[in-house]
Amino acid sequence: MDSTKKQLRIATRNCGFIDPENIEDYIGVRGYEALANAITKSTPAGIIDEMKKSGLRGRGGGGFPTGTKWSFAAANQADQKYVVCNADEGDPGAFMDRAVLEGDPHSIVEAMALCGYAIGASIGVVYIRAEYPLAIKRLIMAINDARAYGVLGNNIFGSDFSFDIELKYGAGAFVCGEETALIRSMEGSRGEPYTKPPFPANAGYWGKPTIVNNVETFANIPAILLKGADWFSSIGTEKSKGTKVFALAGKITNVGLIEVPMGITLKEIIFEIGGGCPDGKQFKAVQTGGPSGGALTYKDADVPIDYDNLLAKNSMMGSGGMIVMDEDTCMVDIAKFFLDFTMDETCGKCTPCRIGSKRLWETLEKITNGTGTEADFEKMKTLAVNIKDTALCGLGQTMPNPVLSTMNTFADEYLAHVRDKKCPAGVCSNLLEFFIIADKCVGCTLCARVCPVNCISGKVKEAHVIDQAACIKCGACVEKCKFDAIVKQ
Amino acid sequence: MSMLKITIDGKETEVPQGSMILDAAKKLSIDVPTLCFLNLEELHVNNMAASCRICVVEVEGRKNLAPACATPVTDGMVVKSNTMRVLNARKTVLELLLSDHPKDCLVCQKSGECDLQDIAQKFGIKEVRYEGVMSTYRKDISASIVRDMDKCIMCRRCETMCNEVQTVGCLSGVNRGFTSVVAPAFEMNLEDSVCTFCGQCTAVCPVGALVERDHTWEIVNAIADPDKVTVVQTAPAVRAALGEDLGMEAGISVTGKMAAALRRLGFDHVFDTDFAADLTIMEEGSEFLDRLTRYLDGDKTVVLPILTSCCPAWVKFFEHSFPDLLDVPSTARSPQQMFGAIAKTYFADILGIPREKMVVVSVMPCLAKKYECERPEFKTNGNPDVDYSITTRELARLIKRMNIDFAALPDEDFDAPLGESSGAAPIFGATGGVIEAALRTAYELATGQALENVNFEAVRGMEGIRSAKVQVGPHTLNIGIAHELGNARKLLEEVRAGKSEYHAIEIMSCPGGCIGGGGQPYHHGDISVLKKRTQVLYNEDAGKKIRKSHENPYITELYEKFLGKPLSDKAHHLLHTHYFKRSKLGG
Repeated sequence: MDSTKKQLRIATRNCGFIDPENIEDYIGVRGYEALANAITKSTPAGIIDEMKKSGLRGRGGGGFPTGTKWSFAAANQADQKYVVCNADEGDPGAFMDRAVLEGDPHSIVEAMALCGYAIGASIGVVYIRAEYPLAIKRLIMAINDARAYGVLGNNIFGSDFSFDIELKYGAGAFVCGEETALIRSMEGSRGEPYTKPPFPANAGYWGKPTIVNNVETFANIPAILLKGADWFSSIGTEKSKGTKVFALAGKITNVGLIEVPMGITLKEIIFEIGGGCPDGKQFKAVQTGGPSGGALTYKDADVPIDYDNLLAKNSMMGSGGMIVMDEDTCMVDIAKFFLDFTMDETCGKCTPCRIGSKRLWETLEKITNGTGTEADFEKMKTLAVNIKDTALCGLGQTMPNPVLSTMNTFADEYLAHVRDKKCPAGVCSNLLEFFIIADKCVGCTLCARVCPVNCISGKVKEAHVIDQAACIKCGACVEKCKFDAIVKQ
Repeated sequence: MSMLKITIDGKETEVPQGSMILDAAKKLSIDVPTLCFLNLEELHVNNMAASCRICVVEVEGRKNLAPACATPVTDGMVVKSNTMRVLNARKTVLELLLSDHPKDCLVCQKSGECDLQDIAQKFGIKEVRYEGVMSTYRKDISASIVRDMDKCIMCRRCETMCNEVQTVGCLSGVNRGFTSVVAPAFEMNLEDSVCTFCGQCTAVCPVGALVERDHTWEIVNAIADPDKVTVVQTAPAVRAALGEDLGMEAGISVTGKMAAALRRLGFDHVFDTDFAADLTIMEEGSEFLDRLTRYLDGDKTVVLPILTSCCPAWVKFFEHSFPDLLDVPSTARSPQQMFGAIAKTYFADILGIPREKMVVVSVMPCLAKKYECERPEFKTNGNPDVDYSITTRELARLIKRMNIDFAALPDEDFDAPLGESSGAAPIFGATGGVIEAALRTAYELATGQALENVNFEAVRGMEGIRSAKVQVGPHTLNIGIAHELGNARKLLEEVRAGKSEYHAIEIMSCPGGCIGGGGQPYHHGDISVLKKRTQVLYNEDAGKKIRKSHENPYITELYEKFLGKPLSDKAHHLLHTHYFKRSKLGG
C-alpha cells in the first residue's frame, strides 16, 4: 500500500519540495503572496473574517478557533501587541513543528506577519526550544532574508504596516508549551503557568494583548489566505477543518510524519498509511494526544479523527503524537510510562499536579509490581478525576487521561495485575515467573552459570529448575538459553 | 466603576469590576477556605498564586473548578461553593498536601498557628488516603531563620514577600515536579545568600516551613546560671503586640505587665531598648545636624540625604544592593546594639563586673536582630554586646513555659538607669517614628527654641512612601519615609541617580515598621492588627511627661558621666559603626 496515498499536505506543503534556505524558492511557490494581498488589497478585519470562515483550529492541542482568538486581540486597544509562535514542541516522539521550521521557515515568518497585520501587532516572537539548532539556524536565515527582501521590517510592501520577528530560546521544559508558562518564560521568569483569565489575547506578554499560536497552525495560514477559506473548509469534518500532521511512532511499520485530512479513520492511518504493527504482531491500541491523551483500540478503528470525536473517546487531538502499541504492550505499564513523563515535567506549582501526579504514579507502581489491590482502582479514579478538576493548567488537567483511559478500556488487564498477580502482556517483571521446560532442557548449565543470584540448579545433562522465591526476574537465563527451554509467564 | 452581579449558593450580590469570586463570597459571608492566598491591601502585598487549589468552587458554564481567589467575577456569574464535587476536590487537595507533609504537629514550632493544621481540623481529616514518598530537604539553619522545606506547601507567599514586596530576591521556586521547592539561588544556605533576615517570609508562611530560630532555652539557661548577671532590654514594638500571643486582644499596651513578667522570669535587670532609642536620637540627630549644617554651608564632601540605620535588615539590604552608597546612611548603631555596648561598659562598670559575666538579652519584634547580634563588629574579644535576641513570639513562649499568668500580673516599671525613656522612644516602633523623634530633638538643638507641638502628624501613616516638609528655623527640610524594602529601593535608586530631594530618609524593612516585624505575633493577614499596634505606641508617647529624647535625665547623666557629648570619640567607638560592601549574589 502506498503510504502517501491518503495524505494531503497543507501545513507541510513545501517541506522537501523547496530549499528552505532560499527565500526565492519560497517566493517561487507563491510565498509572501498572501501577505502582499493582505496588506495591499485587504483589511485586518477582512483577514480575521477569512480566518474565521476557514474554520482553522489551533493545532497545538487546545483546538481553539484561530480566527476567533485573533478577533479578541484585535478588539483590544493597546500601544503594543505581540504575535508569539509556540515552537516549544515537547511531546515525546513528535516533531511536526521541527519539520515545518526546518523545511519551510518562511511560511511561519509570513504567517506571523499576517497575524500581526490582522491584530495590529508590530512585534513577533518565536519561542523555540534550544535543542532545535537547525530549525533555529533556518529561521534566523529566513527572518534576515525576509528583512532584506522587504517583507519583514518597516513599511512592508510600502504600507504603513511594520512587523519584525525575534527569537527566544526555551530550555526544553515541557510545561513551557502551555501558553501562560511560555509567556512567563519569555519574560525571563520561571516557566510556570498562571490562572486564566486573563487570557493572553487580552493580557499576555508583558501584560499586552498577545496571540500565541502553534507552528503548525501558522503553517496553514498562508495557504488558507491564498486559496481561500472555502477551499480550506471544504476539507475535513463539520467542526474540524483542514488537515492534521501526526507523528506515527511506536510499534508501527511506517514510522514518521504524515499529514492527513481531518475525518480520516484510525484504520486508514494505522493500517493503510502506517502499515500496521511490524513482525506480524497484533495491534492493541494507539495513544493519541501525546502523553496526556488517551488510548484508542480497534473498536474505534472507524471513528473519523477530529477534535470532538477524540474528546468523545476520552482522548484528545493534542499536538498530533500517535504512539502505536502492539500485543506485547502492558497497558498499566504504558499508563505509568506516560505519567512518569508528565510527573517529571510538571512545574510543581499547584498541589494536584505536583503531589497528585506522584501519588497516581505510585499507585500504578504498586499495581505493576504486584502489591496493588482492587481498592486502589477506586482511589486512583477519585484522585485522577480530582486532579483533572482542580489542576491549574492544561498539563495537570489532562495528565490523568492515560490512566483513566486505560482503566476504562483495559479494565481486565488492570484486574489481572491485582487479582491474579499476572501481567497478561508479559511486561511487568515482578508479576512474571520464569520456567524451564524440562522436555526442552538439555542440561547444558549455561543458565545456571549466567544467573546472577544462583537460583537455577540441576545436574549436567539433566533438566534444570528455577527457584521462584530467589529469582529476580532479570531474564538473563532466557537470553542465554540456546534451546528455547526457558519461558516467562 | 461598573458593578457585576454574582450569585453564590443562591445568594445574590454585586461587586465592582475586577473583584474575585472570593471577594464576593466574603461580602455574602460565605466562608471559602484559602491557604496560599494573602492580600494585605493597603500594604500592596498580594499573593495570588492560586497554587494550593483549596479555594476551588463550581462556576456555571465552566468545565473545571475555578480558584475563588484568582477568578474574576463576570456579570451574571453563578457559583456554587459547597457541592459534593467541591468538597471532594478540596478534601483530595488537602489529603495530597498532608501526604507530603511531616505531620509532626506535636513538636512543630508552628503548632497552633498553622493554617494547614487549622484547615485539616476544620475539614475533619481523619485519614490520608494517598500516602507515598515525601519530599526531604536539608534543614537550613541561619542565625535568624530556620528553613525546613519538608513542611513547605508551595503557597509562594514567602516568594511574593521576598521578591515583590521586599525586592530582596532571595527566595524563588527551583526544580521541577515533585522536587520543586522554594529556595535561595543554587539552593545555598540563607546565611550565604542575599537574605536580609527581615523575617517577613516567616510572618506569612502558613505552615512551619519558615520560622524564627528559637533561642528560648538559651535564655532559660543563662538565667539559671548563678555566675551570670542577666540584663534584658525590650524593643518599643514588643509591648504593643505581646498580649496578642498571651490571650489578649490586639491593641492593648502591656508595657507594665511585660516588665513584671521579665522580672518573674528571673532577669536581674529589666531595662528598656527605649532608653537606647533616646540615645540613638542623640547620636543620629547630632550626626544629621552636623551633616546638614556643613551641607548648607557649601561643604561638597558632605552627602545628603542621611538615612536612618536602626534596622539591621535594611543595613544588610543596602550593603548588598547599594554598596556604592555606604557613606549615605547614618553611622549610628541600632538601639539594640547601642544598648548592648552601654550595658557591657557603662553599666558593667557600675556593677563592677567584667563584660563576660553579663548576659544581655534583647526582646525584639524582629528576626534580623538575631543576625545583627552575630555581626563581628559588635563583639569585643569575641564577646558580643548583645548575647541573645529573642522575638516577641519567643518571649510569649517563655512566659507560658514558666507558668506565668500574664493577664493577672501587676504593672511594674523598668529598672534604672537604662529603663527610662521619653515619648520619642516608643514611636520608633512605627513607620515614621524614628524621624519624628529625631525632628523633635534636631529642631530644638538647631534653633535653640522650644518645640511647641511635638506631634509631626505629616510623617505618620501607612503609605509605603511618604514625604513631608518640615520647617526647622530658616530651613525647610524635605523628609522621606519608606517602609518595606521595595519602597526603600525606590528612594535609594533616586539617591543613586542624584535625583533625591530629601535631606533625611527613614527606612524600615517591615510593613508598618517594627510593629509589623518578622518576629511579632502572627497577623494572619489581618492588617487592622498592625494599625492597632501603631496606636498603642502613639498613645504611649502621648502619655509621657517627657516627649523629647534629649530631655531624658538618664541620657543626660550618661553623657555627663561617661560619653562626654554626642559624637565624641567614646560615643563614636561605642555607638557608631561602619558598613561593608557585599555581593549582589550573596555572602
